[in-house]
Amino acid sequence: MRVRVRVNGAWRTAEVWPGASLLALLRDALGLCGSKNACEQGECGSCSVWLDGELVCACLVLAAQADGREVRTVEGLTTGEDLHPVQRAFVEAGAVQCGFCTPGFVVAVVDLLSRDPDPDEPRIREALSGNLCRCTGYQKILDAVRLAASKLGGSSP
Amino acid sequence: MSVRTLPVTRGGIGESVPRVDAVPKAKGTFLFASDLWAEDMLWGFTVRSPHPHARIRSIDVSGALAHPGVRAVLLAGDVPGRKTYGLEFADQPVLAWDRVRYAGEPVAIGAAEDPETARRAGERIVVDYEVLPAVTDMAQALRADAPRVHDFGNVLRHVHIVHGDPDAPADVWVEGYYETAVQDQAPLGPEAGLAIPAPDGGVDLYVATQWLHVDRQQIAPCLGLPAHKVRLHLAGVGGAFGAREDLSMQIHASLLALRTGRPVKIAYGREESFLGHVHRHPARIWMRHGARRDGTLVCVRARILVDGGAYASSSAAVIGNASTFACGPYEVPNALVDGTAVYTHNPPCGAMRGFGAVQVCFAHEAQMDRLARALGRDPVELRLRNALRTSSVLPTGQVVRGSAPVAAVIRRCAALPLPPEAPPAGRGDPRAYPGGCGNVSRGERLRRGVGFAVGYKNIAYSEGFDDASAARVRLRADAAGPIAEVRSAAAEVGQGIHTILAQIARTELGVERVAILPPDTGVGSAGSTSASRQTMMSGGAVQAACAAVREALFARVRRSLARPRGELRLAGGLVLLDGEPVGPIAAFLDEPVEAERVYHHRPTRPLDARGQGEPHAAFAFAAERAVVEVDEELGLVRVVQIAAAQDVGRALHPQSVQGQIEGGTAQGLGLALMEELQLRDGRIRNASFTDYLIPTIADMPPVVSALVEEPEPGAPYGAKGVGEPATIVATAAIVAALRDATGRELNRVPVRPDDLAGLAPPVAPVAPPPPPPQGSGPEPVPWAHGLATGQHELLQEPAHEGAGEDPRPWERTRGGTGS
Ligand code: FES
Ligand code: FES
Repeated sequence: MRVRVRVNGAWRTAEVWPGASLLALLRDALGLCGSKNACEQGECGSCSVWLDGELVCACLVLAAQADGREVRTVEGLTTGEDLHPVQRAFVEAGAVQCGFCTPGFVVAVVDLLSRDPDPDEPRIREALSGNLCRCTGYQKILDAVRLAASKLGGSSP
Repeated sequence: MSVRTLPVTRGGIGESVPRVDAVPKAKGTFLFASDLWAEDMLWGFTVRSPHPHARIRSIDVSGALAHPGVRAVLLAGDVPGRKTYGLEFADQPVLAWDRVRYAGEPVAIGAAEDPETARRAGERIVVDYEVLPAVTDMAQALRADAPRVHDFGNVLRHVHIVHGDPDAPADVWVEGYYETAVQDQAPLGPEAGLAIPAPDGGVDLYVATQWLHVDRQQIAPCLGLPAHKVRLHLAGVGGAFGAREDLSMQIHASLLALRTGRPVKIAYGREESFLGHVHRHPARIWMRHGARRDGTLVCVRARILVDGGAYASSSAAVIGNASTFACGPYEVPNALVDGTAVYTHNPPCGAMRGFGAVQVCFAHEAQMDRLARALGRDPVELRLRNALRTSSVLPTGQVVRGSAPVAAVIRRCAALPLPPEAPPAGRGDPRAYPGGCGNVSRGERLRRGVGFAVGYKNIAYSEGFDDASAARVRLRADAAGPIAEVRSAAAEVGQGIHTILAQIARTELGVERVAILPPDTGVGSAGSTSASRQTMMSGGAVQAACAAVREALFARVRRSLARPRGELRLAGGLVLLDGEPVGPIAAFLDEPVEAERVYHHRPTRPLDARGQGEPHAAFAFAAERAVVEVDEELGLVRVVQIAAAQDVGRALHPQSVQGQIEGGTAQGLGLALMEELQLRDGRIRNASFTDYLIPTIADMPPVVSALVEEPEPGAPYGAKGVGEPATIVATAAIVAALRDATGRELNRVPVRPDDLAGLAPPVAPVAPPPPPPQGSGPEPVPWAHGLATGQHELLQEPAHEGAGEDPRPWERTRGGTGS
């Protein structure tokens, strides 16, 4: 079937199998591989994207459901060489090891800080408990969130 | 007047510089193996056995081939070369013929135009199986009447270590039985790779792996191709932890690419990933510890059984490790250790972070606590009293020659600040209760406990294996100045070796611009990214290659100088003579300078029939203290804090070292509290992240870490590997804290809520410890059957073209003794 989705500001059209997920549409049909596929079951958050501004697991949304709607992915956070302040914080805090979880975390953290610019630790842990990381033990990810919050100075990203 | 400031090179060793790959990873532009794509690419699929043991009567592929979009289906008969492969022993079929030996074993592969067609085609392949009796219990496997997994029987290796007088009398004895479950590495990036057929009849394989050259050594014979026609390139690796030591889709994708003449990608989903890689060995361990009244250890007796599953993988080395580390980081004058790895019809087990040391650490640390209780002594003091140090003799007769700051590690850990006391019941933040807000209690039955554990691990390969690392360094200049290019096949799996290699090049060559070239098999073997070895081994190779480049450059510099005597140095992009700049480095680089070097660690010796030898090259030690809270009614746990002290030799990148301690601790916490690959009758029952739980950010406590820096003699900069020790001790420390909180025995990990709430008794052995099997050891059994793959041959590969000015590129650079 044919779906038309506005991805990071541009309308894109693709032919997909009716059962295809939004994640498969992004990765396999549109070549946007920043959203990862560690479980394809809604357990790991590595595929986090925004659908009409709502944080979702792209693996749990049908491509067909996204038809005619707005999707924003990690690729849409910045242009060119620029880093989003959350991405910079991940780099500086040492929150990136293998990096497979990183795009999903970055999206989830941008989303968290846009709603709560100065979250306390339990709040951060709660907000990120749907994102798995197998490498870091999460400590430096917590550091990165705090660093990003302070960099953004409470202003919405 | 002039103030002289010595030039410095920024970004060298000791600095926590940003990782070389962090920016693309944070932006989502870094390509992992599962992200690869090629024009005209096909998608591969694998059909796997549902039975742990069966005869294959027939396979009907006609339905799949008739499916539109299917381009090939291959069976065992289509494998043009050797039909079996294996990391240490070639006992594993590329595709099963005649017989399947575990549920999940590949029997057919195919390729189709898109992933959905591939999935459906796989379902149309009909395999007729005659189900056979399976042995899925490791103790049963040793019985004479058990079904045989291989023609030569079910014993994979038996290690027997006798040290001193194992019948030595002691004042106090304690005894225990321990079990550890199957743990999965669960790297977030699933297995994936892309094979592209080449015009020369060979194949280029882009794959996420831990050791390119050992992959090639296994792949090429099965493809019936000479090694040079099988070129491997490292694709982005989404974590490894041992799961990528064995092959998964490598041969399959290559076969399909060669057959179809088109690029073939195979990318496992999560469920297939659980089936497609080896796991941590489950273990059953019996231990007796004897000590004098004053707490001095007299004797340790240990019987260890691990389940290797259907194929050898690295089980022989794992049981070697479990046996040689069974007594813990303590001076034990008398010991008797018997360790057996068996074959069963369970999925194969192999490497996982900690490699045999995790299981025995859980047991020996529980024993040390028992002993402390029996003697009425402080558990930390008891460990200090018996701590290994340099010059101690291990149960294998090996003398500890390198640094062994065990006492310092214990003291530093014990001195780290404790977390604040728990708030009184009902007063705490409900989010901080075990189980979080979902907890129905309000902390009425909360018990806090503290536990302590010490452990150690070998760095690099053992038992006579010369796992050398090669690296090539080229120093050249362009318009922007000098740049060092580092070519190494070392697999970056997330741990940060590429950043470390760049830091070493900066420090050695005094330049700030370093390019890490993509790892591939076009350069010599770097050995495996495992056994905490790459910092020492590939770091040593890069350091040596840089030193050779520097000497060649200095020869050039001296030729151009009027007064060529004096000490030359490189720093901050300048050449210095006795501290005075003589010019920019770039000025001497009309021609690039290049050198390749191979680093070897201190030689080791295999074990003899009594388990005596010099099996290990170097050791790293760690201690952790865990503070936990247990809700005794609900059996729920919150780990409040982990304090860690680790012997790192020297921290080349402190932030990454902490990252390894924190991440390693998380995996140890997983084994302590939740991670268990559940097998029933040989089948994995929880192959998903819904059912196989790994720690989330809500499960992880703060980790306070202290780095103990006592340089390892002979190792580059004195640095030790840091990846594994935290994983080894975390499980033991957390369970010790749970015992302290509950007073329960807790002799099996992962600990379940039932165990903590007192609803389940401690596990008891179903039978007494099996006697050592007759007539085997110390060599692995498949060895005697000619199945060894000869990884040593990797070092005999011819030298490479373009090895630069180095006249003897394979000249040995030996570490350890510094000779
Ligand atoms: S891939 Fe979507 S949540 Fe894991
Ligand atoms: S950095 Fe590897 S999974 Fe998070």
